[in-house]
Amino acid sequence: MNPLLSSPDDDGAAPSGRPTPESTPFESWDLPRTPWLLPGRCRNPRRRTLLLEVTSRALFPTILVFSVYLLCVGHYGPGGGFSAGLVAGLAFVLRYLAGGSTDPGAVVTIRPPVLMGVGLTVAVLTALAPALFGAPVLTSAKLVVPVPLLGKLEIVTSLFLDVGVYLLIVGVVLDLLRALGSGIERDMRGAGEAT
Amino acid sequence: MCVLGLVVAHLVLACVLPLVSARSRRAGFAVAAVLPTAALIWALAHAREALTTGVSATLDWAPELGLSLSFRLDALALAMVVLVSGIGALILVYCIGYFGESSPDGTRSAALLLAFAGVMLGLVLADDLLTLYLFWELTSVTSFLLVGQSGEARENRSAAVQALLVTVFGGLVMLLGFILLGEAAGTYRISEIVALGQAGGLGGGTVTAALALILVGALTKSAQLPFHPWLPAAMAAPTPVSAYLHAASMVKAGVYLVARLSPGVADAAVWWVPVVVLGLATMAIGGWRAMAQHDLKRLLAFGTVSQLGFLMVLFGAGTRIAAISGIAMLLAHGLFKAPLFLVTGIVDHATGTRDVRKLSGLWPSMRGSAIIAAAAAASMAGLPPLLGFVGKEAGFEAFLAEDDLRGRLVTLALVAGSVFTVAYSARFLWGAFARKPGVADTPVHGPGPLLTWPAGLCALGGLVLGIANPVVDADAQSYAGAYPATSPVEAGYHLALWHGLGLPLLASAVALVLGYSLHRGWSRVGRLAGHFPRALSAQHAYEIAVGGTERVATAVTGRLQAGSVPTYLVVILVTVVALPGTAVLVGGSWPDQPIYHAPLQLPLAVLATLAALALVRVRRRFTAVLLVGVVGYGVGGLFIVDGAPDLALAQFLVETLSLVAFVFVLRRMPSRFTLERQRARTQVPKALISVVAGGMVAGTAVVLSGARQVPATTSAEFIRLAPEGAGALNVISAIIVDFRALDTVGEITVLFVAAVGVASLVLATPYDRRRRRGKESGAGSPGHEAEVIGDVAGEEPPEGSAGTALVPSEHEEVRP
Repeated sequence: MNPLLSSPDDDGAAPSGRPTPESTPFESWDLPRTPWLLPGRCRNPRRRTLLLEVTSRALFPTILVFSVYLLCVGHYGPGGGFSAGLVAGLAFVLRYLAGGSTDPGAVVTIRPPVLMGVGLTVAVLTALAPALFGAPVLTSAKLVVPVPLLGKLEIVTSLFLDVGVYLLIVGVVLDLLRALGSGIERDMRGAGEAT
Repeated sequence: MCVLGLVVAHLVLACVLPLVSARSRRAGFAVAAVLPTAALIWALAHAREALTTGVSATLDWAPELGLSLSFRLDALALAMVVLVSGIGALILVYCIGYFGESSPDGTRSAALLLAFAGVMLGLVLADDLLTLYLFWELTSVTSFLLVGQSGEARENRSAAVQALLVTVFGGLVMLLGFILLGEAAGTYRISEIVALGQAGGLGGGTVTAALALILVGALTKSAQLPFHPWLPAAMAAPTPVSAYLHAASMVKAGVYLVARLSPGVADAAVWWVPVVVLGLATMAIGGWRAMAQHDLKRLLAFGTVSQLGFLMVLFGAGTRIAAISGIAMLLAHGLFKAPLFLVTGIVDHATGTRDVRKLSGLWPSMRGSAIIAAAAAASMAGLPPLLGFVGKEAGFEAFLAEDDLRGRLVTLALVAGSVFTVAYSARFLWGAFARKPGVADTPVHGPGPLLTWPAGLCALGGLVLGIANPVVDADAQSYAGAYPATSPVEAGYHLALWHGLGLPLLASAVALVLGYSLHRGWSRVGRLAGHFPRALSAQHAYEIAVGGTERVATAVTGRLQAGSVPTYLVVILVTVVALPGTAVLVGGSWPDQPIYHAPLQLPLAVLATLAALALVRVRRRFTAVLLVGVVGYGVGGLFIVDGAPDLALAQFLVETLSLVAFVFVLRRMPSRFTLERQRARTQVPKALISVVAGGMVAGTAVVLSGARQVPATTSAEFIRLAPEGAGALNVISAIIVDFRALDTVGEITVLFVAAVGVASLVLATPYDRRRRRGKESGAGSPGHEAEVIGDVAGEEPPEGSAGTALVPSEHEEVRP
């Protein structure tokens, strides 16, 4: 599911239909009700932070793009798979803080352990791939790809190892969110504690 | 390279065999029998070369580590291949008739038996100690799986675990011995080691220790005293499995190893004394215990233990005739023990029991099986003209020819052991087929030809080779050629049915007469056997060892895992202070360094220090977490000042993430550390440990940072190589993804495991709680009730627990 295309549903606003001015006490009239995070449900109007939601909406894609930039630039400046993965993960943390119990799974339909597994697989396959060409494992090579208009694009194969690290780190952060974020939250609800 | 191809083909076919078995179990076994047959044909086709020069093949496995897969087909290996592949193929054919079409174990057994045939073939052909060890352990694993079957019966499970524990224990000890021997000899090639030993190049303490360790492996695998109980217990496996693994092939691995190394090392007392003494003791005790069994399979199992002892003596003695006799007995034992097991399986199939007290009067109804069993048992007892007789004659001759005290003592013991062999051979025949007074004839339904033919062929093999003994003699002479003849008798000795009247023939006759008398008189003698002290039994010792290990583990775990975080922390900190701390105090020196070298370092250091000091005084968890964050960001700032942007970036990101993680967890914790004031009695030691540990870590950091006396050459090389070697302008990145890429892969694997572990721990808890709660309160759980009532949101979050503000609740929003 592409999160950007899904229409925001506002089933969280009130189970008994959209509140009308008559049914709402006057001090709640100006509480914001429109969901700002794209696929997320509208959280409790008393608890939501509109400023954070709007900022997150603007920042989330930007941070993700920035993380990809960090990933690619790692070979030439500060960055690399580890930092890039953390940046992308923090983008999801921001979403979680703004959107609340909206499961990060709503944004990323892939489950975190799968993401981690894919990352580790990519890294290990990158490590083993040179053996197919008769070179020792983990050998890196420079691929030069001619790209129209841009000229030649140089890719060092160790970038794929970095991609693996990136995916794994994103998966780890999402797993952390799942376990310590929504997991503990569910735990607290289950235990009947105030949330 | 044909050898490795054959072994691999076994394993590959074993992997795909379930596809065949799923359509037809019988077809599965039939397909499985093809490869062992091919292996046998291959070996026999190369027999001429094998007996003269030997067929060798080597494949480099990891040349950098000096590891190679080496194989060699020689006389001894040829004899073992006949047993492993020849009898293996016959037993797989037998399985076609034995396992029912609906048997749930058939599919797995077919694949595992074939895999076992492959690894056993690899074991007997291996010419490298480490290759041999690899296959050795694989046979233990397949044996474990075959004995354990589906793991549903307690008997199977305990037998499988016992077999695995004993043989793998021996295997690991043996590995130590292999490494010591390989390092002492300078090569791991078995043929080279044996040649070195024959030239007198092996000696010294290391070799002695190595041989003792290797013997432990051989003795456990071949179920010698005091490790023998696992073999009778393993009879919980289906009969064809017992016939193949625990009679014909796997248990011979220990004997094989002794036979393989003896030509080089048999002169060493540490080698032949334990082998001969334990072998003779095992032969006697195995025979004695066999007489006392009522289950035909257990009777045969103790018989196998006894015969393995005999083989150990023959191969360990280190003389020419004993070696000749060993080869003959090795073949004879496979050819008579396998059909005896197979006949037991036929009897079991036909009557539903193998208890000698219930079986009666089978002779008229099962003549074919009875004749097969009689031929095999006669070979076991040593009756001419069977191969067992030929081998045993040579065995007596071997020790009589020594003509010294050792030879006479061993001969006497061998005769005593043979008496038991004859006795339990007779007992087997009597127990399976004779009509017993007072027992009604057992009803029988006839066995199929697929059951009787393989058994018959095996037994026939014993007869044919007994008459055509020059064939065996050719193989045995080739093996025994490793021992120089010390006398004309030894030099001229050949296997034969008739050596003339002499002491060996007398010994055989005495064993036959006494053995038969023992069987006849067992009802009187056996009463003496009933009172074996349990305290001395090897099975009891095994149980004590395993149970004791478990008890110690429970006690140690109980002490170490106290379940208190402060206790764990104290243990860790005290260790840190005691071990690395002492090392730094003794060996470190305070470096002569400037306090700071950039003005910006001062405010950052002051900020971090102040935050750290404040941390000690705060009472709220959330404040403490924030202060830890301040310290972390301060350190990150220092990285920037020192020109390490990569490090600083990672530090900031990790610091942020851990702050978030802390806040998440803090939601579940009280907002303050402790509610009541702590007593000084506990406070003072804690404070002391913390101060010492903290000071130690800080001091160590300073000392270590000044420990490098010369500029690091590695860093310079990294910087030089990064642009063209790794194609990276950023040397940090080049190190992470190229120079030290293996470290990176390892680290992300650790991260993966840690993340999965944390997630499992956190996500698993609510399920536990839900289950407990369900038990306490029945259908309506309190948490669920609260949600229904909607009472949860009524309470204000506790002041200061900032985490709660982040958490929305789905059911509080409609409250008016």
